[in-house]
Amino acid sequence: MTPIEVPDAEELLARLIDAIRPSVNQATVIIGVHTGGAWIAERLHAALGLATPLGFLDISFYRDDFGRVGLNPQVKKSTIPIDIEDASIILVDDVLYTGRTVRAAMNELFDYGRPGRIDLAVLADRGGRELPIAARYVGATVSLADHQSLNLARDDAGALRFNLVEKPVAA
Amino acid sequence: MARNPQLNANGELTHLLSIEGLPRPVIENILQTADAFASVGDREVKKVPLLRGKSVFNLFFENSTRTRTTFEIAAKRLSADVINLNINASSTAKGESLLDTVDNLAAMQADMFVVRHASSGAPYLIAQHLDRTGAKHIHVVNAGDGRHAHPTQGLLDMYTIRHYKKDFSNLTVAIVGDILHSRVARSDIHALTTLGVPEVRVIGPRTLLPSHVEGMGVRVFHDMAEGLRDADVVIMLRLQNERMRGALLPSAHEFFKSYGLTQEKLSRAKADAIVMHPGPMNRGVEIDSAVADGGQAVILPQVTFGIAVRMAVMSIVAGN
Repeated sequence: MTPIEVPDAEELLARLIDAIRPSVNQATVIIGVHTGGAWIAERLHAALGLATPLGFLDISFYRDDFGRVGLNPQVKKSTIPIDIEDASIILVDDVLYTGRTVRAAMNELFDYGRPGRIDLAVLADRGGRELPIAARYVGATVSLADHQSLNLARDDAGALRFNLVEKPVAA
Repeated sequence: MARNPQLNANGELTHLLSIEGLPRPVIENILQTADAFASVGDREVKKVPLLRGKSVFNLFFENSTRTRTTFEIAAKRLSADVINLNINASSTAKGESLLDTVDNLAAMQADMFVVRHASSGAPYLIAQHLDRTGAKHIHVVNAGDGRHAHPTQGLLDMYTIRHYKKDFSNLTVAIVGDILHSRVARSDIHALTTLGVPEVRVIGPRTLLPSHVEGMGVRVFHDMAEGLRDADVVIMLRLQNERMRGALLPSAHEFFKSYGLTQEKLSRAKADAIVMHPGPMNRGVEIDSAVADGGQAVILPQVTFGIAVRMAVMSIVAGN
């Protein structure tokens, strides 16, 4: 198999900002999914100069695989510091794959209120959807093998980078 | 079997029976997870779907209001179905044995037992029995057994201390009163020493201190003023009249004079010391109303934190 080219996360972020900019207004609420999506959300929020406070979701309490894998030991607090009733929300994650994380995030959001609309923004869409979910804003689409994944990392200076992780095939 | 019966083969928490023997990372993980659950309590919908479709049985062989209620709220906020059994008024009164009761509830497809029992070790007995009878998927959480342990109270006390003091590594914690009959004291001492608190003190009359309590890594004081000096945290215990056998004390009034927490005695502790109490309080016996209702008391926040801590414990064991 030909080695895939790992996309440049900073370049994708710049594209994402350009794609989102025309449709935001001062009431747009940005919510990032921990951990990678939260980093991207922070950058989007700053670049777009939004006045609304930034929100973060940890979807561990809403995952559909709790019965199989148990509770994520690294669970963080969700913080939605704004009333989301009727709000126009851009939900942000790093990589869109099966769609299960997005479903969990939407379920959690509705426990805070009834948003007016939710759009999805992701840095990379790798296909492989198991649920009827699509992103409105996408940095790039990439194709990966099943055993590969893209992990977002952030260095001390705040720069984002994708690492290609090869999971060992189960013996 | 030398294996800790609370942990599975991967070292993950599958029952919560006692804080004794729990590795520090397991305790820290519970506190961390409770932090995330605490924010759920601030939302419009105070529920998450983690235990949807699971049945949690509250088996209270001994009375309790606060603990049973907070376990019930915690289970409901995890979306579990909760069944409360008041066992005093039920089958055991007709002569059914503890394990027969357990087998029947297991046959009703229970997923978790929250057990309070007057006999030390009852939750262990139930966990072992479930293991032996092939009902390993049922998790047991100890909600207080005899004088032995009250691990979720110990954990919520640690959560409270961490909330107000941030860090355990420089603290002096004084536990005051009826240590002998207190399962809370035992759980607190194990938790505090595991989390690295450098100075844990117990204060009480000789008759209400267990023999060899020093072996648990605590300093013993019989004089309250001396024991409270420069303390960061003061944990008051309830005088457990119902567990007293024989004449261990002259009178409640005498006890208050020597070991009741008044504003004057509290002034020996640090100015920013917090005062905790597991409840229910005997005002005028172990604690003066002025202190219980004063600015240093964090007794009601303890109750609120208890919900998040019990949600954390139940969801962690249910997932392992």
